[in-house]
Amino acid sequence: MMTVLQVTILVLVAAGATAVVLTRDPVRQVVSVSIYGLLLAVLFMAFQAPDVTLSELTVGAVALPLLLLLTLAKVRKQEE
Amino acid sequence: MTPSQRRWVFLVAGGGFLAFYLWGLIGLPGFGHYPGPYGDIINAIAVTQTHATGVVSAVNFEYRAFDTLGEEFILFIAATGVATVLRHLRQERDTSAVDEARNRDVPATSDAVAVVTLAFIGPTVVVGWYLASHAQTSPSGGFQGGIVLATAFVLVYLAGQFIVFKRLSPVALADAIEAIGAGSFAAVGIAALALGAAYLTNILPLGSTPGAVNSAGTIALISFFVGIEVAAAFILIIGELLEQTLIVREGTGR
Repeated sequence: MMTVLQVTILVLVAAGATAVVLTRDPVRQVVSVSIYGLLLAVLFMAFQAPDVTLSELTVGAVALPLLLLLTLAKVRKQEE
Repeated sequence: MTPSQRRWVFLVAGGGFLAFYLWGLIGLPGFGHYPGPYGDIINAIAVTQTHATGVVSAVNFEYRAFDTLGEEFILFIAATGVATVLRHLRQERDTSAVDEARNRDVPATSDAVAVVTLAFIGPTVVVGWYLASHAQTSPSGGFQGGIVLATAFVLVYLAGQFIVFKRLSPVALADAIEAIGAGSFAAVGIAALALGAAYLTNILPLGSTPGAVNSAGTIALISFFVGIEVAAAFILIIGELLEQTLIVREGTGR
């Protein structure tokens, strides 16, 4: 059976994914994708997958947004 | 194609997708009903067979160690690719860096940010090292630990110390550590071959207590090698990208 926590976090992840898609400014989108990665990590924790939680926390919430931010900084510098 | 035609094409395609998707969902086993048998078998035998209480790590670094070796080399090749592509660009930009910096105002890192990030560097290194070295005992592993270790270096940069970041992670050293980590993983498998066992067979003593740090033989060893490989690969990738964005800042001496 699904617990209340699992249902709640599933709804939050769906809302978070929608928010990422609806964010139009790339820099704001990086922040929302980072928060979305955090939500996914909580989702994996709620479904008893602590290993995947750690991977998602490091890659989804930190490494991916960092690489995206650096790429955006580079692209914007070239546009100036 | 007119907008209304396009809408019809979308509705037909979307409707077809929805129908097949729902059809597929009906065929899935119920929530929480694992049809087995492999997961159940692993759960029953993994701890006694490998002496690793982190069963996910036992699967990753023992039962499907060869798959993990492939995954490890995906990251290795990605880092190599980034280094190769960006190195070419860096040479192009070197000459124009000073000119670009002339009218650019680079704000100094605030003390609050610097103090907080510097305070987090120590704990981050400890957590990363713990994760990379405790794959055999608890949910963790070289991959997660390696990235956490790499973020410690990013914290140094966040504290506004790009020069220190560069000094801590010279490209040649990160390259070497990455290669040693990836190569040692493969070498552990070759050592098993040399002893007459199958590739990546657990050839080291398993230890007497399941779940102890010094137990589980090659699982702990492979996790450690994966840890330093992943840490070096990420430091390399982040370092190359930082150099791309910050070459101007470096030129002004900040």
